Amino acid sequence: MTSTTERPSNLEVDRLRPHAHGGNARHGGRFPSIVDAIGFTPLVEVPHVCPNPNVRLYAKLEFMNPTGSVKDRVAKYLIEDLERSGRLRPDSIIIEPTSGNTGIALAMIARRKGYRVAVVVPDNVTMERRQLLALFGAEVIDSPGHLGSNGAIALAKHLVTRDDRFVMPYQYGSPENPRAHEETTAEEIIADCPEVDVFVAGLGTGGTLVGVGRRLRRHNPDVRIIAAEPLPGERVQGLRSLDEGFIPEIFDPSVLDGKFLVSNADAIESLRELTEKEGIFAGVSCGAVMVAAKQVAREMERGTIVALLADGGWKYLSENVWTRDLDADEDVVDSLNLW
Amino acid sequence: MTAVRIPPVLRAQAGNQKRVEVDGATVGEALDALLVQFPDLREQLFSGEGSLNRFVNVYVNGRDVRYEQELATPVKESDEVILLPAMAGGR
Repeated sequence: MTSTTERPSNLEVDRLRPHAHGGNARHGGRFPSIVDAIGFTPLVEVPHVCPNPNVRLYAKLEFMNPTGSVKDRVAKYLIEDLERSGRLRPDSIIIEPTSGNTGIALAMIARRKGYRVAVVVPDNVTMERRQLLALFGAEVIDSPGHLGSNGAIALAKHLVTRDDRFVMPYQYGSPENPRAHEETTAEEIIADCPEVDVFVAGLGTGGTLVGVGRRLRRHNPDVRIIAAEPLPGERVQGLRSLDEGFIPEIFDPSVLDGKFLVSNADAIESLRELTEKEGIFAGVSCGAVMVAAKQVAREMERGTIVALLADGGWKYLSENVWTRDLDADEDVVDSLNLW
Repeated sequence: MTAVRIPPVLRAQAGNQKRVEVDGATVGEALDALLVQFPDLREQLFSGEGSLNRFVNVYVNGRDVRYEQELATPVKESDEVILLPAMAGGR
């Protein structure tokens, strides 16, 4: 894979953009509320983990968001959409299927704004995610862990039909999800790194990849959009038939140029390298994103990659991902719900 | 021979095997060889028009073939083909 765009040499780039604050990016600052402080995350070069000296690899640190994940951006857009559309009544309960980060972000924003939130989560998510949901006041409804996110989505949809107080923003189907990334994440990347050739992110709902991808492609039609997705463990593939498969409504596969399947064990190995060599303490999906980004870097002649790191490592400490023996625990590691 | 990993949801139609060795120079040939052994898989893997079922993802060494050369994606003996159902991710 070679880059097709003309760009200044690395030295010229450094001279033009000595620091993000010298560009259009707004990091830090003063805000009227925590909700207004969402976004404006730093873009940090990670040369010690980049396998190709002719490629500049940058990490967009989404764990610098208020609740520690990229989902703050999405939750803000989802709730503002509910407010604009008049769907929220005084007795409404915002309900959402999530394996954690979206629920935590929704709960924080809802608390700040005075709304009730219920989240449907697979029963095998890490304990830290449950604790954060609870401390922001969300009601937690368990779905069967072996059915993964599919099970949480099905249960949330069922509950909405049973009680008209439930209002579901639905991150898998709402255009507000990719819009949040098109209007914020992508704009920040373009401001901080206009020479970006490749963007890599994890594939969950598809919101990040679709939203950022659309905007970056308008900026540079030759940009490549690459997804990293988890290899689901045997124990979390509780489908009875392929017809129970699920493709998020907002996911537009035509935005992607490549998709890499990454096992939990490979993701964790890459995550440990990121912590050891760059001092970056990120979540497990970020390790998978780095696996894909490094593979793309190896195949490029030269160019610039931006890898989006969706969350921090805090919520995965109880699973000992930095210390456990990956070979001895292979089956367990592959079945953990770490995305 | 190329190894094809069968996901739990398809094993009933694949003799309850997790892994099947097949011959073939492309993904399409490897899947054809798989269907010779397990014809009941055809309805699951392919749509009526002969293209891959949209709820099936096929990977060669971890790369989704939809973004490579689809069924014409080459496979070598040491490669691993993984079949997976499309499942919800997200956080």
